[in-house]
Amino acid sequence: MRNKLISETQAIASLESGMTLGIGGWGSRRKPMSLVRALLRSDVTDLTVVSYGGPDVGLLCAAGKVKKLVYAFVSLDSIALEPHFRIARQSGTIPEPVEWDEGMLQWALFAASLRLPFLPTRAGLGSGVMDVNPTLKTINSPYADAEELLAVPALRLDAAFVHMNRADSRGNAQYLGPDLYFDDLFLGACEPGRRFVSAEKIIATQDLLKEGTFHTLKINRSMVDGVIHAPNGAHFTTCEPDYGRDEAFQKAYVDAARDPETWKAFSARFLSGDESSYQEQVVLWRAEVKAAQEAKK
Amino acid sequence: MSDTPVLADVIAVACAEAWRGDGEIFASGMGVMQMLGARLARATFEPDLMISDGEAFFIAGDLPIGGTDKVVEGWIPFRSVFDTVAGGRRHVMMGASQIDRYGNTNIANIGPWAKPKSQLLGVRGGPGNTVNNATSFFIPKHQTAVFVPVVDMVSGVGYDRAKKVGGFIAQRHDLRRVITNLGVFDFNTPDHAMRLVTLHPGVSLDDVVSNTGFELVIPDEMLISRGPTAQESAAINIIDPKGLRLREIAS
Repeated sequence: MRNKLISETQAIASLESGMTLGIGGWGSRRKPMSLVRALLRSDVTDLTVVSYGGPDVGLLCAAGKVKKLVYAFVSLDSIALEPHFRIARQSGTIPEPVEWDEGMLQWALFAASLRLPFLPTRAGLGSGVMDVNPTLKTINSPYADAEELLAVPALRLDAAFVHMNRADSRGNAQYLGPDLYFDDLFLGACEPGRRFVSAEKIIATQDLLKEGTFHTLKINRSMVDGVIHAPNGAHFTTCEPDYGRDEAFQKAYVDAARDPETWKAFSARFLSGDESSYQEQVVLWRAEVKAAQEAKK
Repeated sequence: MSDTPVLADVIAVACAEAWRGDGEIFASGMGVMQMLGARLARATFEPDLMISDGEAFFIAGDLPIGGTDKVVEGWIPFRSVFDTVAGGRRHVMMGASQIDRYGNTNIANIGPWAKPKSQLLGVRGGPGNTVNNATSFFIPKHQTAVFVPVVDMVSGVGYDRAKKVGGFIAQRHDLRRVITNLGVFDFNTPDHAMRLVTLHPGVSLDDVVSNTGFELVIPDEMLISRGPTAQESAAINIIDPKGLRLREIAS
């Protein structure tokens, strides 16, 4: 029986520059941020990143690690626009942006997870997506309708990160929030070997149904190679019902991104140390904000 | 009634009107006025509409915007939203940073896509929405920077492009309404060019024409957007008790 518990650092050590990485979650919701932070500290670069983008994409862009980005949006939800992604796009520092419709990303991951070369869809046809992705091809239905459809190519991943509420040490994982997003497809689209699930709590297998119904067990151990215990690991994004988004911290992140100097200071404080140092600094930062608010009164 | 209705309420009613006749489908609103419109339509003349909380649940009852006291009647995680879009059982009202004469819209970026002057959201689900389900738009500031001859990136497919694709998409393509701070517009013209439907109270035709960067189809008879009925006013106050609409729409 395999025990798959590893650290973020161990997970990142298996990655190589130039790989294709899929990141689960959606916008600023249940993002595997502790794994992303560990990746920021590594030498791994020239990545192709596939994501329903939020601060994961912003941080990787700011660190210059993204060669190719496959996205439909990058957003912080309660703050619509992701500052680092904007800077990167406006200064042309993402060498290969690949902008698709949201549904195309799902289809590309689903195709990969089913080992199909493509899946047909209407989403994308007629839109600017076809103009800026000249390699996309269409296919005609072989049936009487003969409809021309967009053939979304499978997107196979070399590595995948997702963050869950609970997991056991063997890789059975559970989401307790309102939406799985497309996390199962990110794992399904990924070659075995680098499919990583971080979780708020590591629990015994027999406890998996204590907090949620069987419907919440969509990730099974055959889909997972490494399990990382990451309390508050999605911070500052949502991880319902364990915690909501840290809106104040997200705002501080956005404010810091406005200027290279303030971003340097933010980065030095929060992102230069390891995960426990990050979490400590967040606690200290909260205390400082609270003290400053009380001083104002 | 001789009193001129509050503009935000006129717009709320105009947004709600976009869903009239839709029946039992998912009425999805991206933004405060869009959500208010969908919930107002259901609270009054379109009671079978399905309304979400913007997260993952269908809610029954007249939930105030941002309210948490939800009566859940269904589960609509993103995957089910995508299924509903492809199945055509949805009418979404989105925003748009640019729109042209045939309803091509842009929420992705301003300036050239390769290196935008301003990166916005990205195309999001716009391409899939506009070829699969009915789509309307709410635009809070009607100006020539938004109503443009050509959009910088087509995130939402307009009638001319849908026609070029042909087949199923051309036959089913369904852009319903565009609601702005100046008036209501649709595409019910022979070539689906944008048409002025009503002017909001106090707005002149010249206000609309001079703030639109392309030629609009102008009706022979000028109609004025209506204010809310007593029932609608009551519903607006239940759905938006904090007056969020007044912050969205400067009178």
